[in-house]
Amino acid sequence: MRTGDIKELEILAQKSRRNVLRMIRANGSGHLGPAYSCIDIVTALYFHGMDVDPKNPEKADRDIFLLSAGHKGMAQYAVLAEAGFFDKSILDTFGQFKSPIPGHPDMHKLAGIEANTGSLGHGLNLACGIALARKQDGLKSRVFVITGDGELAEGSNWEAAAIAAHYGLDNLVLFVDHNGLQISGQTKDVMSFEPVADHFGGFGWKTKEIVGNDMKEIVSAFDAVPFEKGKPNLVVANTVKGKGFSKAENQVDYHYWKPSTEDMALAEKELAAKIAELEK
Amino acid sequence: MIKLVKEKIKDIELTKAYSEQLIALAKENAMIVDLEADVGNCIFGPEFQKVFPERYLDLGICEQSLSSISAGISAVGMIPFCHTFAVFASRRMCDQNYISCAYAKNNVKIVGSAPGISSGENGGTHHANEDIALMRPITDITIMEPADSAAMRWAVRKAAATFGVFYIRAERYGQEKLYEDDSEFEIGKANVLREGNDVTIIAEGNLMIKASLDAAEILAGKGVSACVIDIFTIKPIDAEMIVKSAKETGAIVTVENHSITGGLGSAVAEVLCESFCGVPMKRIGIPNRFGEVAQPEELQKVMHMTPEDITEAAMSVIAGKK
Repeated sequence: MRTGDIKELEILAQKSRRNVLRMIRANGSGHLGPAYSCIDIVTALYFHGMDVDPKNPEKADRDIFLLSAGHKGMAQYAVLAEAGFFDKSILDTFGQFKSPIPGHPDMHKLAGIEANTGSLGHGLNLACGIALARKQDGLKSRVFVITGDGELAEGSNWEAAAIAAHYGLDNLVLFVDHNGLQISGQTKDVMSFEPVADHFGGFGWKTKEIVGNDMKEIVSAFDAVPFEKGKPNLVVANTVKGKGFSKAENQVDYHYWKPSTEDMALAEKELAAKIAELEK
Repeated sequence: MIKLVKEKIKDIELTKAYSEQLIALAKENAMIVDLEADVGNCIFGPEFQKVFPERYLDLGICEQSLSSISAGISAVGMIPFCHTFAVFASRRMCDQNYISCAYAKNNVKIVGSAPGISSGENGGTHHANEDIALMRPITDITIMEPADSAAMRWAVRKAAATFGVFYIRAERYGQEKLYEDDSEFEIGKANVLREGNDVTIIAEGNLMIKASLDAAEILAGKGVSACVIDIFTIKPIDAEMIVKSAKETGAIVTVENHSITGGLGSAVAEVLCESFCGVPMKRIGIPNRFGEVAQPEELQKVMHMTPEDITEAAMSVIAGKK
C-alpha cells in the first residue's frame, strides 16, 4: 500500500477529496475547508509515512495517527476509505444515526480511528500519552497528530508541548495545519500564536516548515523523521483552507459548507478534471 | 463482607493508604503507572517513584494534560492512576475526564485528594465542594469515597482490576478506622455501620461518617435509634439499600463533605423520588456558599455539618413523618 511516488499520492489525495464531497452530498453539509486543507497530509500519512495495515488495523506495532482537530474528520474517513479500511458505501451514512463516521471521529465506531477527538486541545496530549507508553513498552511505533492552527489557542496544547520536550518524545510527530483561518476569521486577527515554529522550538522541539499541500514537501518531511534524536518533531504545514475547490480556497465561509446544487456540481467537476489531468 | 472494628484505632492518611496499595499492586502488575501533576508528597507520589522510577510520571502543573495523557497511556494497554487535588481532578480536568477518558472508553483511574472542607486552611480556591456533582453525570464512571484505609486499599485494588474510568475521592487526613483490613467491599453496595429504627443517616467519607456516628450517639441519648450507612460508592449508588432503609425507618438524613447540590444528597433524593418513597429527608453538607479558610473542624461548624446539626436534622425528619 505504501508508495513514495508523488504523482500516485497526488491522485490518491484528489480521490480522497472526492470522498469528502460524497459525504457532504450524503449529509447536505460538512467541514469542507478544514478537511480539504489537511487532506494531502492525511493521504501521505496512510499511503507513505505510516506503518499501518488496513487488513490488520490493530496490529501492535503499528504507527498511530490522531486527528486532534476532530472537525476535519471527513479527511481521515476519506483517506481510510481510499486505503481500504472500510467500504466506501459507508461514506453515504455521514450524519446518520449510528453511522460509524460521525462529525468527529470515534475510535469505537470505525477501524483505523485511534481516538475520540472533537474537543480541541486533547489530541496532542493523548499522543504524548501513547508516545510515553511506547517509550516504556519498547515498541518502535510512532505517533502522528494533526492540530489546526486556530486550535493552538487551547492552552492544553502548550502543556503538552512542554511535556513532550521534557520527556524527549522523538517518536511523536505533530503537523500543524497552518491555513491561517478559523471560524471567526483570520487566525492572526482572532488569536495569534505566531510564530508557531519558534514557540515549539523554544520548548525544545525540532521543527520544519513546509508547503502543506505540496506532496513532495510532505513526503520529504515524513522521510526526515525523527528530525533529531531526543526531540519531538513539529511540521508547520502551510496550507490553503479549502484547497481543491476554487470557490472555497482561503475563504472563511467555507469552514462549514452547505452547498447549493450548482456549487456541489462545480466542486465535483473541478475535481474530476484534476484527477483526469493527473491520470493522463 | 465488611468487618467493623470494635475499638478506636487511629487510621493512617487515606492518601498514604492509596500510595502504599498502588506500590503493592505495581509489584504484581507491570502495566500499572502512576501519574501526577506536581503534588509531591501531598499524595505520596515520590514514594511510588522511589520503587518504580520508570513507571512514575510527574507532568508538572498540567492537570488537563494529566487526564488526557493518562487516557493516551491507557489506550495502548497500560493502567494509569493519575492523582492530584480534588479541585483540579474535577474542575480543571472536567472536559478531559469526559471526552478523553470516559467518552473514549479509556481505562483511567483518577484520584482526587482533600475534597470539601478537608482542604481547610487552603481556603475557597482549594475546596472541592462540587467534584462529585461534576463527575456524577459522566456516563459509566464509577465514583468511590473510601472512608478508611481498608476501604481505600480495596478501592484501589478494585479500580486496577476493573476496566473503566474511576474517580476515587480521598480525604486528606486519616481519623479513625472503621473496617478491619481484611474487609471485602462491593461496588454499588453501601455498608451499615450502625443499626437503627427511627431514622437513617446516609453519609460519605470519614469526616462526615464520624460526625454521623457521633450524632447517632447523641440521638440515642434522646431515645432515638438511628441507622448509619456508609454509602461508599456514590456511583453506582446502592438504591436497594436506600429504599429498604427508608421504608424501615421512614426518615432520611444525608451527610456529605460536598455541596448539598449534585452530590450524595441529590443522588439519594433521586432514588427516593423514583421509588415513590416519599419519606421526609434533609441534606447536611456544604450549603450554597463558597469555601472559606479555617480548619476542617471549624468549617464543620461554619457550614452546619456538625453532629449537632445532623442531630437537629434527624429530629426534624422524624417529626415530619406522617
